[in-house]
Amino acid sequence: MRSFWNSWGRRLNGIWLSIWTGMLMMPVMAMAAGGEKVEKMVIVADTRGLPPWEAWWANLYNESHVYFTIVTIIIIPVVGVIFGTIADLFMGMIGIDLKSRDLAEH
Amino acid sequence: MDWMYVFMPIAGVYIFWPGLIILGIGVGVIGGFFGMGGAWMVTPGLNILGFPMAFAIGTDIAHMAGKSLISTMRHGKFGNVDYKLGLIMLVGTVVGFEVGAQMVMWLERLGNVEKVVRWIYLALLILIAWMVFHDVAKRKQKERDAAKQGKQVDALATGIEWHKTLHKIKIPPMVHLRVAGIYCSAWLPILVSFLTGWLAGILGIGGGLIRMPALIYFIGCPTHVAVGTDLFEVMISGLYGAATYTYKGRTELVAAVIMLIGAAIGAQIGSVATKYIKGYGIRVAFGIAVIACAVSILLKLLAKFYPAYGVLLDNSATVVILGTVSLLSLYIIVAFVQGARKEIQAKKARA
Repeated sequence: MRSFWNSWGRRLNGIWLSIWTGMLMMPVMAMAAGGEKVEKMVIVADTRGLPPWEAWWANLYNESHVYFTIVTIIIIPVVGVIFGTIADLFMGMIGIDLKSRDLAEH
Repeated sequence: MDWMYVFMPIAGVYIFWPGLIILGIGVGVIGGFFGMGGAWMVTPGLNILGFPMAFAIGTDIAHMAGKSLISTMRHGKFGNVDYKLGLIMLVGTVVGFEVGAQMVMWLERLGNVEKVVRWIYLALLILIAWMVFHDVAKRKQKERDAAKQGKQVDALATGIEWHKTLHKIKIPPMVHLRVAGIYCSAWLPILVSFLTGWLAGILGIGGGLIRMPALIYFIGCPTHVAVGTDLFEVMISGLYGAATYTYKGRTELVAAVIMLIGAAIGAQIGSVATKYIKGYGIRVAFGIAVIACAVSILLKLLAKFYPAYGVLLDNSATVVILGTVSLLSLYIIVAFVQGARKEIQAKKARA
């Protein structure tokens, strides 16, 4: 009985590893799957009359969606951490305990 | 009053920026409190402010990633995030979401699936609302029974205990989830996250609305840990979603950053408010949010059946959503203020 479970355990561990590998590959497959509809409709930002930084931003969008995506994905968490830390500092000033909670019930 | 409007360089529209900040605060409070992204509230809100629908969805997802990061940071400090569980569930969520999304594309080729998807969504929301209120009723019954015998119900006792049956399945590898206080087969969170991810993929939603109750009722997480862990998942899936939507050219970062100013404040209030409200209080408020969401979906479905009243019913759906968000935000903010005041007074009395 034990050998039966051991062999099944090894097989399940193998499946476990395969799922992790599959998950790592999934974004590539998803990008490929989701790409078709996008190519049919292209939205172009109008850069005429924009102030310098907005013009740069809109140009980046028009020139390369890849670079635009990379910059966006870097900016969002960075801004989140900055705003979160600032809000944290203000909350700390109120005088409440922000590191623990007493409640442990469901 | 021109200074109150900011130009969105990609979408090419002028938007009332205080509206973005207020929306950010509202969704930050609700998201930080319930542990969800809140796409169902933000997308109609952005649409009302003047965003085309395609940009409303992408911008919402982009801001959701940043907001969930802020909430996860706060919940992490309270010890409400089970990172191990979150990472394990990520496997099932991503695979399930892609399977669901591919299935919708396949169904689209067969015919119009929009109505079918909305009906499934409605049925699912009714099921979640039933689960929440059935659980609350069972827990109350237990309290009454215990009171009759002159006893008190254990603080950790729950109404519905489906997770206890599921924990008896011992298929290896077994995992010990320390923060959630669970020892179970790793396949349980994977299967649950696959199913919730699959449903989210079919319905085209982030999944927090489904995953939060699933974490409580099927995996057995305490409410606070379910909220924190779900936010951790929303943060990662939000970043992934933001990447795909931005790659498709449907994200307005300027709006997302403005919303994050409000969301940073709201997320802190919502997350800290969980300190002052018991787990079952969170569950009841969550149940109300689910009912409001179901009513708005029903109104949108009725708008399709009765085109003569379409505008009225569509507008009513938006009013229901935004009204519920405002009321729930108010309830959470009041709970936060009262709880903080009591804590500060207690601290002063001790000093």
